[in-house]
Amino acid sequence: MKRRHFLGLLGAAGVTLGSGATAKAASLGDVKGLPNAGGVLFDASRCIGCRKCEAACNQVNDLPKPAKAFDDLTVLDVTRRTDAKTYTIVNKYVPDAGKPPVFRKIQCNHCMEPACASACFVAAFKKSETGAVVYDPDVCVGCRYCMVACPFNIPAYEYDKAFTPRVMKCTMCQPRLLEGKLPGCVEACPKEALIFGKRRELLNLAWDRIGGNPGRYVEHVYGEREMGGTSWLTIAPKPSFAAIGMDENLGTTSAPELTSGALAAVPAVAGIWPVLLTGLYAISKRKEKIAESEKQAAVAAAIAKASADAEAKLAEELAKAEVAGKRRIEVEVKKALEAAAKAGEEGEDA
Amino acid sequence: MTTETQKGTLFTPWNIVAGIILAAGVVVTIMRFTMGLGSVTNLSDNNPWGIWIGFDLLCGVALAAGGYTTSAACYIFGFKRFHGAVRPAILTAFLGYALVVFALNYDVGRPWRLPYPIFYQQGTTSILFEVGLCVFIYLTVLFLEYLPAALEWKRGFDKYRDILVKLTMGLTILGVILSTLHQSSLGALYLIAPSKLHPLWYTPYLPVMFFMSSMFAGMSMVIFEGTLSHKHFHHKMDDEYNLGYEDLQMAFSKAAAWIMAGYLAMKLLGLAMDNRWQYLGTGYGAWWLVEVVGFVALPCYAYAVAYRDRNLKLARFTALWTVLGIVLNRFNVSLVAFNWQLPSVDRYFPSAGEIIISLFVVTIGVIAFRFIVTRMPIFYVHPAYKDSSH
Repeated sequence: MKRRHFLGLLGAAGVTLGSGATAKAASLGDVKGLPNAGGVLFDASRCIGCRKCEAACNQVNDLPKPAKAFDDLTVLDVTRRTDAKTYTIVNKYVPDAGKPPVFRKIQCNHCMEPACASACFVAAFKKSETGAVVYDPDVCVGCRYCMVACPFNIPAYEYDKAFTPRVMKCTMCQPRLLEGKLPGCVEACPKEALIFGKRRELLNLAWDRIGGNPGRYVEHVYGEREMGGTSWLTIAPKPSFAAIGMDENLGTTSAPELTSGALAAVPAVAGIWPVLLTGLYAISKRKEKIAESEKQAAVAAAIAKASADAEAKLAEELAKAEVAGKRRIEVEVKKALEAAAKAGEEGEDA
Repeated sequence: MTTETQKGTLFTPWNIVAGIILAAGVVVTIMRFTMGLGSVTNLSDNNPWGIWIGFDLLCGVALAAGGYTTSAACYIFGFKRFHGAVRPAILTAFLGYALVVFALNYDVGRPWRLPYPIFYQQGTTSILFEVGLCVFIYLTVLFLEYLPAALEWKRGFDKYRDILVKLTMGLTILGVILSTLHQSSLGALYLIAPSKLHPLWYTPYLPVMFFMSSMFAGMSMVIFEGTLSHKHFHHKMDDEYNLGYEDLQMAFSKAAAWIMAGYLAMKLLGLAMDNRWQYLGTGYGAWWLVEVVGFVALPCYAYAVAYRDRNLKLARFTALWTVLGIVLNRFNVSLVAFNWQLPSVDRYFPSAGEIIISLFVVTIGVIAFRFIVTRMPIFYVHPAYKDSSH
């Protein structure tokens, strides 16, 4: 596991300090707490590319009218993605040349643990109880990290607005869900390629269809486990999901798990660094102090030695001086005595 | 420009170029804030982050790392002889971070809401929240570290200046903590997008790599900035600065060589752990080798040689080389290797408007640096504070 490499590297401290408990946008516990969360099952084998879902989405969400009408199917000739004016689009794929095309509807997959919600630094995205991932434009700063984070390239941005740009994406028709209505696209689909229901029941339905039509479907429900699972599930005819432009290498690790290791390092660094750095400072300070006191000791010793030498020399000099002085006195006394003796002799003579 | 005082004429080549960039920057600024991001950038729904993040934020923060590396070397690790280099490094870092935040105002859709994540509603699960919080606090720390120079210049604030000087040690440690956190977090930003970043660059070590590379980025920037400053502001420098200057360049060359060697090992470890060697044979592999061999391994060796031979010229050249390598790395992670699977029509290339704003921001930085070092005690100790320098 990638995360484990990172954690291992940071050492035991980092792991124990935060194994990512706070790092989840909508932790598994929360999801389990939403037993009635809804979802949609999309069966690509049933989609006929009529774009009625696109038209319904545009209408119920009051989005601007597109340049080409929704009944103009030439739009399908180019590969499109969601944008600021389009919450959902249908793309056409031809997995096997000569065989009929396969259509895929694209919209927000409403992840169980959404990358956008995990990435948002103002918590503008929330996984709601209906299953929808909803966005609050009233707090959005417009950093667009949600768009970087989304593995499905869904959120779009109103780049042309100077003052009130918003991130735009499918809401699973949250306002309609709260009124007890179906999402606009689901209601409009003439072929029942879209089915709304509880996610758990949709998963059973999806596997029933795969099992009940041997050889028809890819044996995989896309969204069951991708990036921790999504509320919007897709089943597709053979040969593969990649053939209809879906990334088969997303893995099952949810977005919050991908970054929880790095977030767990925060308390480790904030806790260990001050101690370590103050320690390093203390060590370098102490080294300096020891060096200083050693220097002082050496100087003191040198001075002591020098003064001892000087004293000895002084004493010697003094001693010498004393001897010399004594001798000089003796000489002087002798001289005086001699002079006195001489004077006495002379006096006697005279 | 207004800062030109010595030469007499305003129309030096630098001033003319700076004037043109500033004028163009003002025009693009007006367009950006009246007509929206779409009017001046090539950003798209697939490419929400361009060079205003890849260069202004990622490179800006990495290259401003000289502040924490130099002050940590001097105050924590006890390299007192580098004391003269601390103020220039702190100033460079402070201006760098201030400009990063300034540039972010261009990039985010509603800049007046930038305080929201800190003061209004906190998205604590976001790596970007951590980055924002750390950058906000660290900018404050850098301002406080820089402030004594401004107070000495204006005089009459000795009381406050002395308090700030007493806080030096605490601010330095705080600076290292905050830098460790947000330098690494800038790399961690990309951990959330394994499907978009090329496997050669996507590794769980991204945060560690960003942190390690910020160290030698900061040191190289200190060498590079010092060399430029010596050319242009030599008359402002005192003996303490000049005595430590060459020693510092040599010491940082040595340190950078060691850290780059460790960084190189980590790069290879990243490949080995996830067994991604097979990608080296591809076009992206060749580009990865250009970055890792041409802009990490070779400058690492050049730094080591420069230190061994005490070759200042080579050290200074290598500093610029390493700085370019950092820019290349940040560009690769945020732009070149990001969205690598998208068809080429959906890939991003910066618009003229984006490039103009990035140049505009750098130019403002250079002008502010020049304004400050020609007035405040940055390269010299103020005579009135000789005895109480910290």
